[in-house]
Amino acid sequence: MADFDVPELNEYPIVPKLREGAMAHSAPFVAAGKFQGPLGFPGELPDNWKDVAIDKMGELLGKYRSLQVFLDICVHCGACTDKCHYYLGTSDPKNMPVARQDLLRKVYRRYFTFAGKYFPKLVGAVDLTEDVLDEWYTYFHQCSQCRRCSVFCPYGIDTAEISMAAREILDSVGKGQKYCNEILGKVFVIGNNLGLPEPALKNTLEGLEEDIEEETGVKVRLPLDEKGVDILLVTPSADFFAEPHVDGLMGYAKVFHAAGVSWTLSSYASEAGNFGMFIGSYENMRRAAMRIREAAIDLGVKRIVFGECGHAWRIAYSFLDTLIGPFDFLDQNYPIPQHICEFTNNLLKEGKLRMNKAENDHMKLTFHDSCNVARGAGMGQVEGGQFTIPRDLIRASCNYFYDMDQDTILDATFCCGGGGGLLTDDIIELRVKGAQPRMEALKKVTEEHGVTNLAAICAICKSQFAKTLPYYGFTMDQIVSVHQLVSNAIVLKGSEQEAELDGSAEQQGEAETA
Amino acid sequence: MSLVSTLYFGLFYAATLILVIGVAMRIKKYAQTPAPLVIPTMPAPRTEAGVIMRMFREVVFFESLFRANKWTWIFGYLFHFGMVLVLLRHLRYFTEPVWFWVNWVQPFGKYAAFAMLAGLLGLWARRFLVDRVRYISTPSDHLMLALLVGIALSGMGMTFLVHTDVVSLKAFALGLLYLSPQPLPVDLLLLTHLGLVVTLLVVFPISKLLHAPGVFFSPTRNQTDNSRERRHIADWAKELETKQ
Ligand code: HEM
Ligand code: HEM
Ligand code: SF4
Ligand code: SF4
Ligand code: SF4
Repeated sequence: MADFDVPELNEYPIVPKLREGAMAHSAPFVAAGKFQGPLGFPGELPDNWKDVAIDKMGELLGKYRSLQVFLDICVHCGACTDKCHYYLGTSDPKNMPVARQDLLRKVYRRYFTFAGKYFPKLVGAVDLTEDVLDEWYTYFHQCSQCRRCSVFCPYGIDTAEISMAAREILDSVGKGQKYCNEILGKVFVIGNNLGLPEPALKNTLEGLEEDIEEETGVKVRLPLDEKGVDILLVTPSADFFAEPHVDGLMGYAKVFHAAGVSWTLSSYASEAGNFGMFIGSYENMRRAAMRIREAAIDLGVKRIVFGECGHAWRIAYSFLDTLIGPFDFLDQNYPIPQHICEFTNNLLKEGKLRMNKAENDHMKLTFHDSCNVARGAGMGQVEGGQFTIPRDLIRASCNYFYDMDQDTILDATFCCGGGGGLLTDDIIELRVKGAQPRMEALKKVTEEHGVTNLAAICAICKSQFAKTLPYYGFTMDQIVSVHQLVSNAIVLKGSEQEAELDGSAEQQGEAETA
Repeated sequence: MSLVSTLYFGLFYAATLILVIGVAMRIKKYAQTPAPLVIPTMPAPRTEAGVIMRMFREVVFFESLFRANKWTWIFGYLFHFGMVLVLLRHLRYFTEPVWFWVNWVQPFGKYAAFAMLAGLLGLWARRFLVDRVRYISTPSDHLMLALLVGIALSGMGMTFLVHTDVVSLKAFALGLLYLSPQPLPVDLLLLTHLGLVVTLLVVFPISKLLHAPGVFFSPTRNQTDNSRERRHIADWAKELETKQ
């Protein structure tokens, strides 16, 4: 099914031998000029591109301590070299995190350091040329900014920071990436990555309300643009129609219903995802996020809750207050913003949700820690809450749960292979190869524990797995949303499920929790 | 005083000046460059005390490296902590009377040189034997190891083979501290040792040796996980807010 070799899944992880140039051909489509302008970037390579690029690098070095420090202090110890899923899946040495950084570092050294200016050969410094620029474009689009390398580096050097800077420099000389920049354009005009306008959204949500009613017999609402409610839910637009995302959205709606809170979605801020981060542009990231602030003020809500999305949660948890705060207009008694998993978990803890785990007995689950949640954010005001809370939700919803190998989960989790603005079909080979370490760990738990499904809390992960699972002999429906499991298990008051469990709908016992 | 003594006397001042000013300038740059976003590698400590502990484990145990690669950790650890003991032992040249605890270190410091050398050789071997590490190595990476191996070997030569006149060396060293030039024993191993040390001091602020001060400024390791409790904003980012 593929015109490239799908990597093998081994019984134990193997660090491959280098194959130079193995992925030199892989680069995503370049953005056409008309998609660059709206983001404030030139449409094509300007004549003085070299000066522009070097100036930009200088500007970023002055703005980001991470970049300045990381470019200086790497000792080439090699500890990170076998930590990137793209290296493990492609064996291209330029996909080793340090080698990827060196693509930028060698130019940094040439123009900004004493050693590189006077002894370039000695420290591997090179002039900036169009070949170097192309190489940047190729390999900085083979990094999903997953930060796995930063966990293992003795100085925490985070290649994601370098990739972001490199992409911003590329944008500044008109070499933007089509997928990311086109999507940002849609957000600025329509409000979401998929370009779904308000009427289409409304239609979809009504359809989902009908689906839930058909399934449960309960009228559960999915409100849009309702003013004066308590909670604004911001969720990735894939939740509105993609599988298995949409099952998660129905799960959130059921949880809100069971909690008895008033909530709404916004058509203006109908996107949790924010590709501004992927292209490293603070300004664009801030501009995309600003819609959330505007919508929250406009709708007069008291709280903001985010749906299941990895990089969106990193931005929400770690950056939102910085980008679009202060949030003095929201209710300070709740974390701002809150994750839907935190919200559901609190209800479970308070015994407010009735769960029937048997509803998920046809599945044996494992959990994919999405890298942006695992290494870029937190949950539940405790260190490591981002690991325990989703697992608690799964355990409360299912009888069978098994973790994958320790080296592939928690903060050592492997990226799905499609994050960081790489979820585009023009680089499917990279996506499939980058998924290899995760697939290998999945295969192991399938064999050892009979695991049937992989749960995730990231829209990109879900789409990426739906696409790549079949390449490795799995099926696309093996990826599920965490709130899909919650949705299956939750027993709403007055529902057919409740009636079935209790014998009759009238006979309402104490709510029991799982 | 001989020409050689005067030369080394001058070299030490120049090198120390370059080291101190160079590193201070670098530290100033790191400290003054804003970190606009909260980017600790999560899960991260939620308190300042927790961050100090994290940094402590990183600097004293090389915690992340331990998770990453046991061989590199062992060699790196042997080298750095061997070097720390050796340098502590060196304090006896610069203190009069010698601090009491420096005396305790003497016997360990002497043999720590072997740990240091073994560590360096192990790290160097990786640069040839492991294809991934070979790929990323630049000439400067090899030279840096060569320099340190040279320092270790020349030092050990004096300790274990051909002793030097430690009494006059100490006079020279104290002379450096008190701005009163004293003659240096002219002895090939010592001159080599000190020549290489001067080189090390000079390259420090313009090389990857900046990892020593730099690690303390790494935002992924020194930030607190408190982004939902406290607003974090850089000056340049704040300007965007007023532009609107
Ligand atoms: C805060 C103090 C320091 C810390 C935490 C630290 C930590 C580290 C770590 C974790 C590594 C990577 C692993 C390894 O190759 O050993 C390393 C490498 C290195 N360190 Fe340090 N170091 C410190 C101070 C120094 C100093 C003062 C020197 C200078 C003489 C030095 C010289 C080196 C060299 C040359 C390497 C590279 C070794 C190689 O080529 O493989 N370090 N350091
Ligand atoms: C101010 C600069 C320095 C002076 C005056 C100096 C002097 C000496 C002397 C005289 C010895 C012989 C000790 C004996 O005979 O017992 C020695 C040994 C040694 N030196 Fe240095 N040294 C200096 C800096 C350094 C530095 C920066 C390093 C390492 C990076 C180093 C590493 C060693 C080692 C490994 C030995 C052998 C083990 C030992 O006796 O401690 N030295 N040094
Ligand atoms: S951030 Fe992730 S994808 Fe990028 S180099 Fe590091 S490990 Fe690889
Ligand atoms: S682990 Fe860190 S210091 Fe070592 S080579 Fe990788 S980026 Fe450089
Ligand atoms: S898509 Fe998921 S696993 Fe992949 S980069 Fe994003 S959060 Fe990480």
